[in-house]
Amino acid sequence: MAEVLVYVDHVDGAVRKPTLELLTLARRIGEPVAVALGAGAADTAATLAEHGAVKVLTADAPEFADYLVVPKVDALQAAYEAVSPAAVLVPSSAEGKEIAARLAVRIGSGIITDAVDLEAGDEGPVATQSAFAASFTTKSRVSKGTPVITVKPNSAPVEAAPAAGAVEALSVTFGALATGTKVVARTPRESTGRPELTEAAIVVSGGRGVNGAENFSIIEALADSLGAAVGASRAAVDAGWYPHTNQVGQTGKSVSPQLYIASGISGAIQHRAGMQTSKTIVAINKDAEAPIFDLVDYGVVGDLFQVVPQLTDEIKARKG
Amino acid sequence: MSLRIVVCVKYVPDATGDRHFADDLTVDRDDVDGLLSELDEYAVEQALQIAEEADEAEVTVLTVGPEDARDALRKALSMGADKAVHVEDDDLHGTDVMGTSLVLAKAIEKAGYDLVITGMASTDGTMGVLPAILAERLGVPQVTLLSEVKVEDGTVTGRRDGDTASEQLEASLPALVSVTDQSGEARYPSFKGIMAAKKKPVESWDLSDLDVEAEEVGLEGSWTAVDSAAQRPARTAGTIVKDEGEGGKQLAEFLAGQKFI
Repeated sequence: MAEVLVYVDHVDGAVRKPTLELLTLARRIGEPVAVALGAGAADTAATLAEHGAVKVLTADAPEFADYLVVPKVDALQAAYEAVSPAAVLVPSSAEGKEIAARLAVRIGSGIITDAVDLEAGDEGPVATQSAFAASFTTKSRVSKGTPVITVKPNSAPVEAAPAAGAVEALSVTFGALATGTKVVARTPRESTGRPELTEAAIVVSGGRGVNGAENFSIIEALADSLGAAVGASRAAVDAGWYPHTNQVGQTGKSVSPQLYIASGISGAIQHRAGMQTSKTIVAINKDAEAPIFDLVDYGVVGDLFQVVPQLTDEIKARKG
Repeated sequence: MSLRIVVCVKYVPDATGDRHFADDLTVDRDDVDGLLSELDEYAVEQALQIAEEADEAEVTVLTVGPEDARDALRKALSMGADKAVHVEDDDLHGTDVMGTSLVLAKAIEKAGYDLVITGMASTDGTMGVLPAILAERLGVPQVTLLSEVKVEDGTVTGRRDGDTASEQLEASLPALVSVTDQSGEARYPSFKGIMAAKKKPVESWDLSDLDVEAEEVGLEGSWTAVDSAAQRPARTAGTIVKDEGEGGKQLAEFLAGQKFI
């Protein structure tokens, strides 16, 4: 059976959920061979084996943290040459897409980004993508070289599928471009204790109607009652009420959770582009004409300062 | 020595229009008005600011696209860019990111550069991979997704805000930079700028000027194939209630029914 390379996104050995989803998709095409780089790479093996990795190729070197993107491309290319896979799958993070794209140029392959589903096909893997602010769904294939495909979080279930997960050291030689862009300082984001926005099963977002940074506490309280991530519309971010890392929309994150709750968000195209593929959509807005109501499964026309706290209290009461 | 900055821009269908695919599954560009991609305005803005800080600098805007794409160049020139290059060729129709990046790389090399600046993604294709591919093709450092950028003494520095960390980056020129929508509001063209833009040079190049073969681009030369495109079915109308004092509780009831609570 053909092997499929899966690039592992991990933090000091803790594998992030989108990588486990990639393993589910990789098993539809062939046998997953994982590639884990940087500090803690070898610690990923147990989790990856549990979810279907037949092999885990690992490499660690200071270059992975000290220089931007290119050292990881060198390593993924080394893995590609060692394995000759049927496809290369990479999580659709900002960095993941850059790594995948540079690898694709080097190996003379086409690239598909932001797939939301993947199936085996007669002419190679078929990727489903969303286009034009998720108003269209396309099916595409890579027609030249080995398919390089990046996949968005929440595109497949995480499935247990125990495999050998044999760890092998990957030998990497860094090219001249690897040390081109130096990372001179790195400030880790403070953890909020909430789930990662793109990976969360539930997202609670606030927009212009929240009317001030201080009022975002009621959005956060609702999110915490549901164990959800917090999002914000561009209007709220541009006003400086909430960090850009939490922005949902065309120029922010694109999310596809089981449940999306929009509070005080009108639903402009810029926002819809980032949340339209959510399974269930709920909105609270005082304007009955707001376009967000065209998308919802359930909408409440009302003052979010009344509705949201009441909802939070009710959820807490029901959860006991 | 003059700092040569090339800004890559894209002419895209207006995102607020009714965008769709043409019969050959390429982006339909006839039925929706086009404009300079909003995300590229930030690239033009940062190029102009860097040029203003430099002793001597020249900003060239570059686009690959059909005849109408000249509108995007005009906009950038009226914002303050010095000159423009338009790569136009009938064989380019349907070119994917690999072909486009090849043409851009050849054009950038022909124009001559110390610094290439792009936006973070286009607002139509939204892949966001062109900057990385371009850096790979040009063989220069990639300094991408910056929310702050500065050029001094042949060195580019900037801040990249990622999911897990904020990074301070540094690279020597020549280099490729991409900037996000957080890098600073783009200026509006002034009346004077609009008038001046009419006199600024716009060069037109085709594939033969760049030694690119027709087979390397276009729909046939594409390294990816779109097999189908279907309009997402409209979401079925949901329940909308007006809050009469119990709206939060009603919503909780709905969420409980959907097993979210």
